[in-house]
Amino acid sequence: MSANGNTNSPLLDIRNLRIEGLSEQGWHEIVCGVDLQLKRGEVLGLIGESGAGKSTIGLAAMGFARDGCRITGGDIIFDGMELRTASEEQKRKLRGTRIAYVAQSAAAAFNPAHRLLDQYAEAPVDHGLLSRSEAEQKGRDLYRRLDLPDPERIGERWPHQVSGGQLQRMMVAMAMSCSPDLLIFDEPTTALDVTTQIEVLQTIKHIVTAQQVAAIYITHDLAVVAQVADRLMVLRYGNLVEMETTTQILEAPTQDYTRALLEAHTRHEKSPTSATESGTLLAIDSVTAGYRNGPNILQDVSVAVKRGQTVAIVGESGSGKSTLARVITGLLPPRSGDIRFGGELLPPALAQRNKQQLRQAQMIYQMPDVALNPRQCVRDIIGRPLSFYLGMSGKEHERRVIELLEQIELSERYIDRFPGELSGGEKQRICIARALAAEPDLIICDEVTSALDTIVAKAILDLLQRLQRELHLTYLFISHDLDTVASIADQVVVFYAGRVAEQGPKSTVFEPPFHPYTRLLLSSVPEMRQGWLEDTLSTREAQAGIAREVKIIERGCPFVERCPVAIPETCVRDLPPLQTVAPAHTIACQHSPDALAN
Amino acid sequence: MASFFKGFLAAPLSAKFGMLVVFGYAVISLFAPVIAPYGETEILGASYELWSDKYPLGTDNLGRDMLSRLIFGARNTIGIALLITSLAFLLGSITGMIAATVGGWTDQILSRIVDVLMSIPSLIFALLVLSIFGTSMPYLIGVIAIVDSTRVFRLARATAMNVAVMDFVEVARLRGERLGWVMFKEILPNITTPLLAEFGLRFCFVFLFISALSFLGLGLQPPMADWGSMVRDNATLITYDDVTPLLPAGAIALLTVAMNFVVDWMLHKSSGLKDVS
Repeated sequence: MSANGNTNSPLLDIRNLRIEGLSEQGWHEIVCGVDLQLKRGEVLGLIGESGAGKSTIGLAAMGFARDGCRITGGDIIFDGMELRTASEEQKRKLRGTRIAYVAQSAAAAFNPAHRLLDQYAEAPVDHGLLSRSEAEQKGRDLYRRLDLPDPERIGERWPHQVSGGQLQRMMVAMAMSCSPDLLIFDEPTTALDVTTQIEVLQTIKHIVTAQQVAAIYITHDLAVVAQVADRLMVLRYGNLVEMETTTQILEAPTQDYTRALLEAHTRHEKSPTSATESGTLLAIDSVTAGYRNGPNILQDVSVAVKRGQTVAIVGESGSGKSTLARVITGLLPPRSGDIRFGGELLPPALAQRNKQQLRQAQMIYQMPDVALNPRQCVRDIIGRPLSFYLGMSGKEHERRVIELLEQIELSERYIDRFPGELSGGEKQRICIARALAAEPDLIICDEVTSALDTIVAKAILDLLQRLQRELHLTYLFISHDLDTVASIADQVVVFYAGRVAEQGPKSTVFEPPFHPYTRLLLSSVPEMRQGWLEDTLSTREAQAGIAREVKIIERGCPFVERCPVAIPETCVRDLPPLQTVAPAHTIACQHSPDALAN
Repeated sequence: MASFFKGFLAAPLSAKFGMLVVFGYAVISLFAPVIAPYGETEILGASYELWSDKYPLGTDNLGRDMLSRLIFGARNTIGIALLITSLAFLLGSITGMIAATVGGWTDQILSRIVDVLMSIPSLIFALLVLSIFGTSMPYLIGVIAIVDSTRVFRLARATAMNVAVMDFVEVARLRGERLGWVMFKEILPNITTPLLAEFGLRFCFVFLFISALSFLGLGLQPPMADWGSMVRDNATLITYDDVTPLLPAGAIALLTVAMNFVVDWMLHKSSGLKDVS
């Protein structure tokens, strides 16, 4: 592509890279002498937990260091050019045209005030590579090749007018606008649902294979990167742990840390909770709810939660999972239907509930960063429910706080710390301790592991299970991650567009017969093997179901648009009947269980 | 105290200068009777006497010592400005937080009242109210505090709204905490920095506002010394090439500049603090 490009030498050659970061204690090394070579057309995966230096290395490949970071040693040679000594102007010309960067959140990376195609055309026009009409034409061609809906006109839309998955794909397209030699993907699918993730992965795979562009793919999810990368580089605390071909890493890792990463990913089936305590703790009975004058977000939902069990609520974003949590906690009083807690009818609105009723059900949130008040120390955060609900004070209060800290596997040392001084996993533990402090019967866990790294998430799940065994807690576990659900749940409720599509014991829900939606979700969970993406994309579930949004509809089966086995007229017109597969296992579908089994 | 001194040393030059000036003003207004050579309202000599050893800055239109008036003026003007700003903040930040935390109709009603108050130019509004009710001190303080609290309301409401949507506020609500706890324990600690910075800025505006009212004859009433009316009373001297009437104006200007230096620095620090939370 480039004049001075020699096809034999690597496109990107990073040698002994050292980067320092500034903290309160001064400068300290965050990348400690990493080597990296990337050939043209090759995809390299960077794997590791947060703090491993993945993103820092990714940015350094563009000759860039974030504020509070500085490159202190080593060489960064891109296509024969040393980026460390290059002038800002030379680097500016390189960025966007020959090296492009795809960030984690497309919603944050697009300027909401400009149309999508305008943003696509900005870089090539600015760098004087293409005229405006040429750039726009090229954009529309690329949209078509990436199978985006309505490629001729989608570029005329504003960023908020397309779905999250489409926006992420548009961003990948935008990175390609100047036909760069090197793409850097920084966790491009991390915040997405499994079905949306496949959609974006497909686009990325298409780009890197069809355009023969070299890429660095940064992620903490091994199964995802296995689908696109030729080679993997495992990092920890800024050091290289292992660098090998993807097959080699997946099949024969040589380092313990790599094995731990792989281990964290394999499913651990939970042994069923002993059925001795089988009274129903929480009974949600035909609840219908919605916001203000909007449509019903939940329609006729009935879920029963048995004491001492874990009930998982699964579904994509927009399916009404979190709305259900808001209804249970009283933040959103339902339009109709009852909620019973331990046999007693709960008042619908938060303000009508008494302290005792509030204490019984506690909540843990997805983002521990915003669930803890940054101006309160751990003692105040955990201690408040103790004094508020249980009237504890003085020594007793202090003793109980320490006891709770030990219960969540943190020590007394943490008692005076502020949330800003804790890691993501520690913050989530504090949230758990705060919930435990109220001595609740039920804990609602809303995507509690989604914002955490694989290994940290696994530790949190283990903790939750241990606490359940010791304290006989009941969990309502909301998640879009089926791997997590499989490892923690006793019962599974699959939500789609505010309705229950399928519910029953985990062992039967995750085995055929499936609701077509359950089948789609299950087939979308990345497997730890190469070639999984292609296999999945060729199935009819994927062809019918991915790259579609959840829509709330008034009549018929809400899943009909994405269903590979929809019956043309019936499903559009009629509400699907409840098919009983086994005791306590129901599927809402027109097809009989026998038909769904195939 | 030690940490305060450390913070002072770490501050940029402009902020150091600002803090020194503010400290100087505070000392002067606190110890005015000790420092001033003569009494506040004492008539000592002829009017408009020149600068001399006896009267370092001359005398005013009634023959009172200019320097003493300047020192007592600091006390009156700064004291009242401080009182007004505090009242405005008390009123504005509490109503602002209520509007943000409760929302719905409460927010609508409070916000529209503030909109109405803000749509009237504040000086005209103050002139109107003061000429109806008379220029007694409680009215003066009350009117300016209310006018000023509308600006504080806007700021408190906006910043509190950003905090009120956070999950930890929802946690407190789900726990069954009362409105007071949610406002003062969960939200307020997270918006104090912008509010404090605004306090410094508002204080300057109040200061100028009182001076402007005094200059128009509706502020502090004679024979109390205040810098605004001192400028007005002695304005004729300027025609005789005498800079004395500009001294109270200069005192106002210096305090305003110093205060802004301090505020700028605090704003800078608060924007850095946000990254941590």
